[in-house]
Amino acid sequence: MFRNQYDTDVTTWSPAGRLFQVEYAMEAVKQGSAAIGLRSKTHVVLGCVNKANSELSSHQKKIFKVDDHIGVAIAGLTADGRVLSRYMRNECINYNFTYESPLPVGRLVVQLADKAQVCTQRSWKRPYGVGLLVAGLDESGAHLYYNCPSGNYFEYQAFAIGSRSQAAKTYLERRFENLADSSRDDLVKDALMAIREALQGETLKSSICTVAVVGVGEPFHILDQETVQQMINAFEIVGEQEGPAAEPDAAAGQEAAAEQGGSTDEGVAPMDI
Amino acid sequence: MALKQPENSLLGSESDPHRTLYPYVTGTSVVALKYKDGILMAADMGGSYGSTLRYKSVERMKPIGKHSLLGASGEISDFQEILRYLDELILYDNMWDDGNSLGPKEVHNYLTRVMYNRRNKFNPLWNSLVLGGVKNGNKYLGTVSMIGVNFEDNHVATGFGNHLARPILRQEWHENLSFEDGVKLLEKCMHVFLYRDRSAVNKLQIAKITEEGVTIHQPYSLKTYWEFSAFKNPAQGAIGSW
Repeated sequence: MFRNQYDTDVTTWSPAGRLFQVEYAMEAVKQGSAAIGLRSKTHVVLGCVNKANSELSSHQKKIFKVDDHIGVAIAGLTADGRVLSRYMRNECINYNFTYESPLPVGRLVVQLADKAQVCTQRSWKRPYGVGLLVAGLDESGAHLYYNCPSGNYFEYQAFAIGSRSQAAKTYLERRFENLADSSRDDLVKDALMAIREALQGETLKSSICTVAVVGVGEPFHILDQETVQQMINAFEIVGEQEGPAAEPDAAAGQEAAAEQGGSTDEGVAPMDI
Repeated sequence: MALKQPENSLLGSESDPHRTLYPYVTGTSVVALKYKDGILMAADMGGSYGSTLRYKSVERMKPIGKHSLLGASGEISDFQEILRYLDELILYDNMWDDGNSLGPKEVHNYLTRVMYNRRNKFNPLWNSLVLGGVKNGNKYLGTVSMIGVNFEDNHVATGFGNHLARPILRQEWHENLSFEDGVKLLEKCMHVFLYRDRSAVNKLQIAKITEEGVTIHQPYSLKTYWEFSAFKNPAQGAIGSW
């Protein structure tokens, strides 16, 4: 995408009928580190790659609990994501106060999408630079939605956003037909495999990823590091090569350099905004 | 026009035309109970104007959305206002067109918020409401008063119904009443209202709500018997000047 004379204002159409500022906002999502989501009939799992900028700093929070039955994973401008999470939490709390009932996730995503649309039609605003994977439960079952800066939203069986998400998406495309009837643990395992794809060669360990689950009878919560590491160890021993079409050379070199248990994050840091 | 009172003087002057101070046309008790398939509710069709039994065809029970039934006692015009609020609520709920719908629990809580907030502004909706319904097999029966008191129970009543009907229901209600038994029990309560509540009229409706939907039956009257010996000489056991 190159600069052109129609891309300064979000309220300026291009002759081809495009709003470039909105498209640039979607680019910002692609620059953020990967986030993935997948669902079965009863559970939804969210995962993300969580790399700190340096050894000295902490990880950025990219998964937020919105209510007991809704959670969100973000990619892109995390500050925008935080603000939208606060909006979502407010909406859920207000609905619960008035109706003593959880806000159906399908309605929340529409409200979120309408909020994003406003920013594409005001000259004094800019679009939100964050993509949200919204996972939630309602009367009709488990749902996974993707909300993008354009104000569109889609429902998915499984999806990945952010940098190197294509690798994760490829893995999910192979697996998605079986997901609906997966058990909760298999779903988490698939999420971890998808995250590994997005890491492209780097060793998967719980210090560089975050996983969260919501399901029937299981309120939304982020799995703690130990549990995640145990799950990683379990499937790496059992069936390492079944899923990924891994790049062997780069992987071998890096795995040799990085032993498990090391809290250092090595080399390849994607442009984490 | 009269002197304009500042809008935020709460009790201010009683010439403030904008607050409800007294009810004018009122309905009397509503009574409801859970039975095997859902909820049964009964109310007479009277609208009293003070001590005059003025209106005799007032429908005090109305269906709300797909899953709920609302019965009201108290000021009839306030009940009509509440029906307008709920109509709008259900309309917006339907406009989402997304497979979700507000159930009786949600409607009940919404009403509680409305009643309580009005009470806090010293401008109540002068009603006691009974909200019953069934959704996804779950039966729900609750009540809200004009000051915002709300609770759920297996059987509820408003106004005099609390004193005349609830004791009967506490004795004779049980889980899984059949439709016939439920109606018999409600009719027993309505009989007592007729004999003992001076605002009761002998024209009542029974309404039922089940998973299938709402049915409000046609109005009918109860047979009464006035030849009890105790009625013949009511002051016998208590001769006095009052």
